[in-house]
Amino acid sequence: MIKVQQEDFDAGVETRKLTEGRTDIGGICSFAGLVRDMSGGESVSAMTLEHYPSMTEKMLTEIEAEAHSRWPLHDTLIIHRYGRLEPGDNIVLVVATSAHRDAAFDACRFLIDWLKTKAPFWKKEESQDGSKWVEARDSDTEAASKWDAVD
Amino acid sequence: MKVLYFSWLRDRTGVGEEQLSPPESVTTVRLLIEWLVEQGGGHQAAFADLEIIRVAVNQEYVNLDTPLSAGDEVAFFPPVTGG
Repeated sequence: MIKVQQEDFDAGVETRKLTEGRTDIGGICSFAGLVRDMSGGESVSAMTLEHYPSMTEKMLTEIEAEAHSRWPLHDTLIIHRYGRLEPGDNIVLVVATSAHRDAAFDACRFLIDWLKTKAPFWKKEESQDGSKWVEARDSDTEAASKWDAVD
Repeated sequence: MKVLYFSWLRDRTGVGEEQLSPPESVTTVRLLIEWLVEQGGGHQAAFADLEIIRVAVNQEYVNLDTPLSAGDEVAFFPPVTGG
């Protein structure tokens, strides 16, 4: 399931919704991303996340479908926020549930790695020196590319 | 053709979205960029370095040699930084 929203989410509540009424789930793996108060040694007071709505929807749907084709998963959930966020705020939640832990761990990592390099979101950070667009990191591209070799 | 700009590309072009009718000779993404730069305004600054620009046609990533059709939605943006 995919949710792209301005409002906050509760990771616990969202995760419970995936397991409620089910007894076939053996493992849940989740990743939550938050706004940090430091970036490259500079203090960040807030950030604004912009996105390309129709493509975001399409990309997240493709990424989720790819995870399901690679691992035996029961469910996946991707929640990504947009708009103005402050340090400590939730940005993203990725959850994968499966019968066993390996698929849940791998799928969760895959989902966030691919999301970071493919989903059309852009962060603009605010600091006391003004605001600036965040530059993409090579380490994110490398993290995503290690999944290229997986069949 | 609908052309969209995000992040600092929008800052530099000064528009988020424009409805355009490029000449028939504009058949690929690369030729569209060349034509946009000729139109002046902030487009020249926006497209100064093509290495750091990503392109999507109809919400799918493409490269500079991808062919274009009149009804396409073309989006230009820097490498993504979500998550």
